[in-house]
Amino acid sequence: MTSLDPLRLTARQAKKLLVDGEISSAELTKVYLDQIETVEGKVRAYILVTADNAARYSTKVDREMQAMRGPLAGLPIAVKDNMVTEGVTTTCASKILANYQPVYTATAVRQVWEDHVVVLGKTNLDEFAMGSSTENSAFQVTANPWDLSTVPGGSSGGSAAAVAAGEALWALGSDTGGSIRQPASLCGIVGMKPTYGAVSRYGLIAFASSLDQIGPLTRSVYDCALLLQHLVGRDPRDSTSVELPEPIALPSAERLDGLRVGVPTEYLGVGIEPGVRARFDEALARIEDLGGSIVEISLPHTEYALPAYYIIAPAEASANLARFDGVRYGYRCADPEDLTDLYERTRGEGFGPEVKRRVMIGTYALSAGYYDAYYGRAQRVRTMVRRDFDRAFAEVDLIASPTSPTVAFKAGARTADPLAMYVCDICTIPANLAGLPAISIPCGLSDGLPVGFQLIGPAFSENRMLEAAHALEGAVGFDTAPSFKTSGPRPEAAGWTPGEITYRPEDAQS
Amino acid sequence: MTGAANSGWEPVIGLEMHVELDTQTKMFCGCAVTKGDDPNLHTCPVCLAHPGALPVVNRRAVEYAARIALALNCTVQPRNIFHRKNYFYPDSPKAYQISQYDEPLATQGWFEYWVDGEKLRCRINRVHMEEDAAKLVHAGGEAGRIAGSDYSMVDFNRGGTPLIEIVTEPDIPSPEAAREFLQQLRNVVVELGVSECNMEEGQVRWDANVSVRPAGSEELGTRTELKNMNSFRYLQQALDAEIPRQIEALEAGEKIEQETLHFDPDTGTTTPLRSKEEAHDYRYFPEPDLVPLDVDPAWVEELRATQPELPAARVERFMEQYGLSRADATVLGSAGALAGFYEEVVAAGAGAKPAANWVMGEYLAHLNTAGLEAGHGHVTSERLARLVQLVEDGSVSTSAAKEVFAIMIEERAEPEAVVDERGLRQISDTSELEAIVAGVVAGNPAQVAQYRGGKQQVIGYFVGQVMKASGGRANPQVVSDLLRRALDA
Repeated sequence: MTSLDPLRLTARQAKKLLVDGEISSAELTKVYLDQIETVEGKVRAYILVTADNAARYSTKVDREMQAMRGPLAGLPIAVKDNMVTEGVTTTCASKILANYQPVYTATAVRQVWEDHVVVLGKTNLDEFAMGSSTENSAFQVTANPWDLSTVPGGSSGGSAAAVAAGEALWALGSDTGGSIRQPASLCGIVGMKPTYGAVSRYGLIAFASSLDQIGPLTRSVYDCALLLQHLVGRDPRDSTSVELPEPIALPSAERLDGLRVGVPTEYLGVGIEPGVRARFDEALARIEDLGGSIVEISLPHTEYALPAYYIIAPAEASANLARFDGVRYGYRCADPEDLTDLYERTRGEGFGPEVKRRVMIGTYALSAGYYDAYYGRAQRVRTMVRRDFDRAFAEVDLIASPTSPTVAFKAGARTADPLAMYVCDICTIPANLAGLPAISIPCGLSDGLPVGFQLIGPAFSENRMLEAAHALEGAVGFDTAPSFKTSGPRPEAAGWTPGEITYRPEDAQS
Repeated sequence: MTGAANSGWEPVIGLEMHVELDTQTKMFCGCAVTKGDDPNLHTCPVCLAHPGALPVVNRRAVEYAARIALALNCTVQPRNIFHRKNYFYPDSPKAYQISQYDEPLATQGWFEYWVDGEKLRCRINRVHMEEDAAKLVHAGGEAGRIAGSDYSMVDFNRGGTPLIEIVTEPDIPSPEAAREFLQQLRNVVVELGVSECNMEEGQVRWDANVSVRPAGSEELGTRTELKNMNSFRYLQQALDAEIPRQIEALEAGEKIEQETLHFDPDTGTTTPLRSKEEAHDYRYFPEPDLVPLDVDPAWVEELRATQPELPAARVERFMEQYGLSRADATVLGSAGALAGFYEEVVAAGAGAKPAANWVMGEYLAHLNTAGLEAGHGHVTSERLARLVQLVEDGSVSTSAAKEVFAIMIEERAEPEAVVDERGLRQISDTSELEAIVAGVVAGNPAQVAQYRGGKQQVIGYFVGQVMKASGGRANPQVVSDLLRRALDA
């Protein structure tokens, strides 16, 4: 067996090693389980590591490789803990689901299971995917492997940190307002939100149904395409899912000749850090070097996107999270006096503060007399944001921006100020409102921390976007290995410890 | 109608009717729609609202709903939106009901119904689709109430059953008209084959909105809402109680509160359930898990072309085709099973009018006594037709035929066999009867003298004697003719 560096190994390389017989799936899996053993104490990317299952299943894949020649067979993966997995506890990083054993598996996860990937575990997130730092997890704060005193971004911070820290070959995340791209940016990896409807949401614990999409977090653009190939497709169980007009292709472009990339002036006026701006401008120069052209464009309704998002997403969430009532599953308060007491205390004790804040905002925005002023108006803004993009894509092929205005910030730095936290997603939210595909790739470091470069494309332009991102990635030449340094204190997460989770490995993937 | 009793006031009634559809599966998942199974057998992540589960619209439910809408002369909208109706209750696992709000399946229809021989028209505001709640059973405490109960049980078998809501305009002028409207509307829904509308099982439920106003006024008064009734009788009783209550209040100078009322059939009074201030804010918003439902107009036309014949049309046809009165055609034509049975009897050779009399008379009485549905009685349409024919051709007298019918029911027997075994065949053979007539005439000289002296009514006495002598089997018409011939000679 060759010595493998989990901090740099891509799925493409790992797959070749497996296919060439250079390494077994059990050996490959052990690389990640060993890395988890080594760094998880510092990173805390996982809520649940299914080590025994992963070891057993990878052995089975090796033994039955002839029968399991699925294109992803034997490649280990981490799954964000808001996708339900039958028999494997799924918590959504919430006390209210701390002991929840799903009775079925999310379509996206099932599709990769059927390709015989090896699931390493379930990764940490902001509770119910509400947050931009993964600090809203009820269980633990995940550290950014590039600087353990900083956050990995969120809400897919566990998946992003796991990949960046070499604790996973790649991972699944979900993106409602930037929850894949922003942590990918902060952790120096690739993260993509596909076109709304491209990937089934069945089994993704809903935050905001009209915005949520599952997508890959990977170490390369090629890996991103490879994983996405196996996630997409119309699912009869998700009415909002669609068949892509063309299959996802594996990217190979090295040039960007003729590509018109628009840069919206509005995205550069939102408090972009100088270091981020510098790396972004350098990346734009690389695009020109590769034969592409940069066009200044305008998306005039950008400033309204964030407020509209913070009406629509909480409104949908207020209904989506109403099912957690202590009646059928999940946390139930002790000795309720009556029905109202059961509801109030179950939800009062079961949800964390950010979830409560958004449920209250959403409930208010939908209430009689306020609906038109808030939800109705937000939907109209959403239409205008979409039209902005339509107009822009008449001129340009793709739109570029920094993924996040800043690099990773210190843990605890923004927890007291919800608005400061919400601004993290100012560049990513518009793509969700418009249902467009968007990808973040690393484009260098600022003060030793990764900077993310975002490309947004028209609906179903995944292939064009992946080709462009692939060519740019080659030109940037980013080294994905983080330093695991610590530049300051790491606050401990308050709240529950995941030790209270019961897990029955015999029920898991077999 | 109640107009006279309401001196100077007239009621205005609008109705909402909820109908559970008899689809194979639930509105948004593949679980079976069943009745009477053990609790919680027919559940899945979707109808138990497990995290991550998503609804998918049942196409057959849309078809059934569209059929109802077409029968109510509504416009089926090409674009439909589902909304979430938010409320917390244990019978609602998602804590919202997927329903329709401002873009329902169908709008602007009308329904004609008959009250006391008068045709009334009620405008239909809308027909929309939603899902039924689960069933709650409260143990201990006051019967049927969650408050004060020891514990409550939820059966999710019913949860997610396709439910249709039909909303009328306030066009209904009296409690009696309300009852007739709902009965006739129920007949239509049953006829469409989309729901059995079984009332004991709560497959159909009604709400009534009622207000009163000075007779002849165009303005609507403040209304109250009577919730969740599933008996025609209670509905009429509730309205009969609520309307005078409103009139009394208004005459006493009080204001009507807009509130939801509960009708207690035991006391015959209405009591407030909740007031407008306590009214739920359901926070409706478009269901983001479902895309807008596009209903293809060509598909709607296909449905329209394959609608079954509806009661109103059938009543007209029965009058036309069989020469029946409206009253008879209404009795026979309002419900599909009875109408079908009647038409079978006619098709098997019975005359349309005698067949109508037999079906409305003996046959319906039999069904009522035996508690059976039309078509499931103990006599087939074909046997009944033969019995009717035996009467028509004079083989059996009408009175004997009733006896034959009873025996046919009792013994599941052929009419001819009963007639022959019991010797009930009517004697119409003149040679056989002439002998009896001659004997009776010979044996009653005094009455013969009376008759011949001009007292023609004595003929009845002779007929009676001949009938008696024939054991009731003589054909009275033939006997009468023979007697006159003998006496007038």
